[in-house]
Amino acid sequence: MFVVNNNIVEILKNKLQEHFGSDVSSFEIIKDIPTFTITKNRIVELLRFLHKDKELQFQFLTTLCGMHFPDSDQQFGVVYHLHSFKNNLRIRIKSFTSGNNPEFPSATGIFKAANWMEREAYDFFGIKFSCHPNLKRILNMEDIDFFPMRKDYPLEDQTREDKNDKMFGR
Amino acid sequence: MVNYAEAPDGVSGHGYFATTLQKAVGLARKNSIWPLPFATSCCGIEFMATMGAHYDLARFGSERLSFSPRQSDLLMVMGTVAKKMGPVLKEVYIQMAEPRWVIAVGACASSGGIFDTYSVMQGIDRVIPVDVYVPGCPPRPEQIIDGIMKIQDLIGSESLRRRQSEEYKRLLNSYGID
Repeated sequence: MFVVNNNIVEILKNKLQEHFGSDVSSFEIIKDIPTFTITKNRIVELLRFLHKDKELQFQFLTTLCGMHFPDSDQQFGVVYHLHSFKNNLRIRIKSFTSGNNPEFPSATGIFKAANWMEREAYDFFGIKFSCHPNLKRILNMEDIDFFPMRKDYPLEDQTREDKNDKMFGR
Repeated sequence: MVNYAEAPDGVSGHGYFATTLQKAVGLARKNSIWPLPFATSCCGIEFMATMGAHYDLARFGSERLSFSPRQSDLLMVMGTVAKKMGPVLKEVYIQMAEPRWVIAVGACASSGGIFDTYSVMQGIDRVIPVDVYVPGCPPRPEQIIDGIMKIQDLIGSESLRRRQSEEYKRLLNSYGID
């Protein structure tokens, strides 16, 4: 298994504490990825800081995707995976928001790669990204009026009439 | 060994053979089907085996496969058709000239198969009329050949005026094709 370089993690932790204080919460190392949560309004600032910092240099956005936890009051979230080539370390950043019309600041100003990833998060979860240059659906048909990855969207196709519920044990 | 197509019913005597035009045309059509393969996934791979030397679909007069609707008679839809692909499939069908037949190969093309989700069309008969369904996931080449032979039976016995009939026009109208 990949061994996390604890020195870098300590440096990261201290810098976050210093610059973002209580806006960064629940810092922990899950498996081999340091993970923490940031408040929504400081995402861009945090990403820019991690990108610019000489020691950390998290300059590669590997993943950005939406999350949906319908039972929680902070039901929508976005998760970012950043990679630092300099330190060979990957971190996971989460951010949550409440309400049915989630909106997050766009990371496209820092990472060009965020453009399509944010479009995907919008396509499947309905999460809007303010200041995104071209926020429209990317994979699904443009004329659908639902967000299929939301937990309240039914898993099975609702247009079939030939289903016998008995065969499905319900 | 050379195989000949079976002669239709008719009256024969010295130096002549008489049959109905419908039967003669049916005979010609059914033994020279030109398919248009619309292969989107695994069933398409199975179809490649059907085309290959071992199963040799060309025996049935289907030597000329083309990925163009020009002059093709049989649209073979093989594989999962996503809802986003629906309009494309329909356009290909509309671009084919009459008479045209459609075969849905495999569970996905027939009914959506295991992909009972928001993104997959639950059977291509939601956008275009289908003549023969081939079950299986994926169907073996023998099953695809069986489907083709079923299509041949349909073609051989089809009335010359079927495509002008009210019933057929109603069918196409129900799919929004005129």
